[in-house]
Amino acid sequence: MADTRKIVLEVLRYTPGQSTAPTLQQYPIEFTDDMSVLQGLQQVKDFVDGSLTFRWSCRMAICGSCGMMIDGAPKLACRAFLRDFLPGPLRVEPLEHFPIERDLVVDISDFVDKLGRITPWIEPREPRSLEQGEYLQTPAQLERFESFSHCINCMLCYAACPQYGLDSRFLGPAATALLHRYNSDSRDGAQAKRMELVNSEEGVWACTAVGYCSEVCPKAVDPANAVNQNKTASAVSWFARFLPGRG
Amino acid sequence: MKRSNQPFFWLLFGAGGMLSALIGAMLVFITGVAAPLGLGVHADLMSHANAIAFARGIPGKLFLLVVVSLFLWHAAHRIYHSLHDLGIPPGPLAQAACYGTALLGTVVATVALLAIGF
Ligand code: SF4
Ligand code: FES
Repeated sequence: MADTRKIVLEVLRYTPGQSTAPTLQQYPIEFTDDMSVLQGLQQVKDFVDGSLTFRWSCRMAICGSCGMMIDGAPKLACRAFLRDFLPGPLRVEPLEHFPIERDLVVDISDFVDKLGRITPWIEPREPRSLEQGEYLQTPAQLERFESFSHCINCMLCYAACPQYGLDSRFLGPAATALLHRYNSDSRDGAQAKRMELVNSEEGVWACTAVGYCSEVCPKAVDPANAVNQNKTASAVSWFARFLPGRG
Repeated sequence: MKRSNQPFFWLLFGAGGMLSALIGAMLVFITGVAAPLGLGVHADLMSHANAIAFARGIPGKLFLLVVVSLFLWHAAHRIYHSLHDLGIPPGPLAQAACYGTALLGTVVATVALLAIGF
């Protein structure tokens, strides 16, 4: 291989039923400048140890399946480059705050469950028949939610969130960002239903404005901003109850 | 789903945070450094007579009550959430301890400001 360099990958290994506790295994590899951490792991799997288990699909920061702790920080393995971690060794571990299923694969059922709870679709504000045509939206209306629709569900923000780590009942960054994406869509009419979740003890109020979620997000979704905007909305709704004529 | 009671405390927290950011450092400097050392302020700025006179006026009373109580509510909310980081789970007990202290401080300040006369 032309212009290769060496680095040691230090990978967390865990096999349920076989391991009593996770261990670290070292894999020295040779890499070229253009190789991602994901490619390093693939090299190990293809040529050294076929039992090493990790998730990936697109290799281009689109599918969101290769999130892991790389050198202690939540990152997409396909978007992190080996050359940036010299001299190594480079520690690779599964996403924090999720139960390990096997090696670098974590159990994401809690997040999937949360996604299901936010009503992640548009419930039309006013039903229209086919003859009435499509729902129109101005560029300004689109802009209100567009960035929040860029989430790829990689869960890096959950691995970054200390509050989610302390108590996983917290709805957390990405689910709140997606909730906000629908709540701020001019075509949607299900705000009241979603606000119940925002206002609840599992909603936005567990957040202590750490902001690390937005820092690690590979898609600039800025989930911290979504949580903040919903704190304001939730506070308004808390006090609005006491206005005359409100329930 | 149970509605969180945090918005109420968050508002007091926000108000206290805003106020302390605006005047907190200045107050500490004037009352804690400048006045005792006589740095650029009148020698008896913080004298007993002056302080009493300030606390007896209506604007002085309001100022003292707002500063003491909002700073306390700000601290209580901050400590409540920091306890979680230290492994003490948030809940009715931690809430009672933190917000109770702020409430107590507010009541004591109110009573004292009234007791001191007009
Ligand atoms: S908000 Fe960002 S970090 Fe969180 S899941 Fe979505 S893309 Fe990933
Ligand atoms: S492999 Fe799809 S995001 Fe990394």
